[in-house]
Amino acid sequence: MSTGWILACKTDDVGAEDVFRFDHDERTFAIYRTADDKFFATEGLCTHGKVHLAQGFVMDTIIECPKHNGRFDFATGEAKGAPACINLKTYSVKVEAGQVFILLD
Amino acid sequence: MPSTKRDYSLVGPETQRAYEKGLVSASWYASPIPRPRMKELMRRKDGPAIRDTLLWFALIVASGATACLTWGTWWCVPAFFVYGTLYGSTSDSRWHECGHRTAFKTVWMNDVVYYIASFMVLREATAWRWSHTRHHTDTIIVGRDPEIAVPRPPNLFAVCLKFFALPGGLRELAKIFRHCFGRLNAVEADYIPESERPRVFLEARVYVAIYAATIACAVATRSILPLMLVGLPSFYGAWLMVVFGLTQHAGLAEDVLDHRLNCRTVYMTPVFRYLYWNMNYHIEHHMFPLVPYHALPSLHEALKADMPPAYRGLWETYREIIPTLLRQSKDPAYYVKRPLPTHMALQGGMA
Repeated sequence: MSTGWILACKTDDVGAEDVFRFDHDERTFAIYRTADDKFFATEGLCTHGKVHLAQGFVMDTIIECPKHNGRFDFATGEAKGAPACINLKTYSVKVEAGQVFILLD
Repeated sequence: MPSTKRDYSLVGPETQRAYEKGLVSASWYASPIPRPRMKELMRRKDGPAIRDTLLWFALIVASGATACLTWGTWWCVPAFFVYGTLYGSTSDSRWHECGHRTAFKTVWMNDVVYYIASFMVLREATAWRWSHTRHHTDTIIVGRDPEIAVPRPPNLFAVCLKFFALPGGLRELAKIFRHCFGRLNAVEADYIPESERPRVFLEARVYVAIYAATIACAVATRSILPLMLVGLPSFYGAWLMVVFGLTQHAGLAEDVLDHRLNCRTVYMTPVFRYLYWNMNYHIEHHMFPLVPYHALPSLHEALKADMPPAYRGLWETYREIIPTLLRQSKDPAYYVKRPLPTHMALQGGMA
């Protein structure tokens, strides 16, 4: 399993205030872009129902799970509303030359 | 499909069967819709729900005040009919939409209306939030879904009693008292996580305190009027909730992973859609629960080429449901098979 900075996507792959799914090494991640062009990354599946968060809805720094409406703050990973009770794992992100990298441990 | 009576409990043999058949927490069919369009439809607003909620409270207060002012005359009967229906039936859709936290953009507004509506519809807020979560995970999967309204074979007398929240309302009261003493049964323990249980018990105690205060008020005033305003409307006003609610899934397929086969979308008049907060677009709601109620008509327009035909009103819907339940009472294996489109008319994808 690879570690270190991994290229996840181009910045244009993620719309403003939206989320993008990135699969790597049998793992799945969610890459977020806020309305003011900040990028964040978390594990890709909701900690409640194991649903891909990339089909969810982004509001400010909140991602809402598409299946049960559980909410997380993707900047911190904090679960913000039932049925989401367990925090998301977050990953460091850097943007270079129009490309988004996430730091895998 | 077995032709004998099935076990609808969440801790019986059907639960294991659902796991074995891959029906638990499974992937469900989702109609394709371009992501930019879906983002528009998911967008939250406070305006529509504030407007609708202020009107709802105004109607409840006006009808309740009329009922009090006419108490002791026959005029109080229609007044309580309206008050009870608003209290005991339309609270169901407010409970539902605010439970999903999609009605308002502002989270606390969803939560305030959710707690008020939960009390009115005689559901414990946290316990039912988890019940409804399971309903969305495993919709009409026998042995998993705690909200299957009409198990097969249907008990037709029991279906009739639902119009007065019986015996379900009495069971809810028993649950509230049980939770008041910090006890869950095995079924509840199956879908309410440990971390949420203290909240369940606290809410039950608040409900009991409100009911106790209402009963005390009735005793002190030697009048049933306080109970006609708080508590009893959950029973005598439940009829419209059942009229609307049975359209959602009754008589349709069990154990399928496609909401187009186990949910109905029914066209309703604007007044009914207001009272029901657009839950008549039920396939669309189950397929995309992030879309708020005020955007469901637009979602329906976007998806209808990939949907079975919508029912043209309650009359057409009940012309199907009533004969189906009568037939299922003799033949539990029978169900309505919804026709699916034979070709995909939409492009793009979110599924």
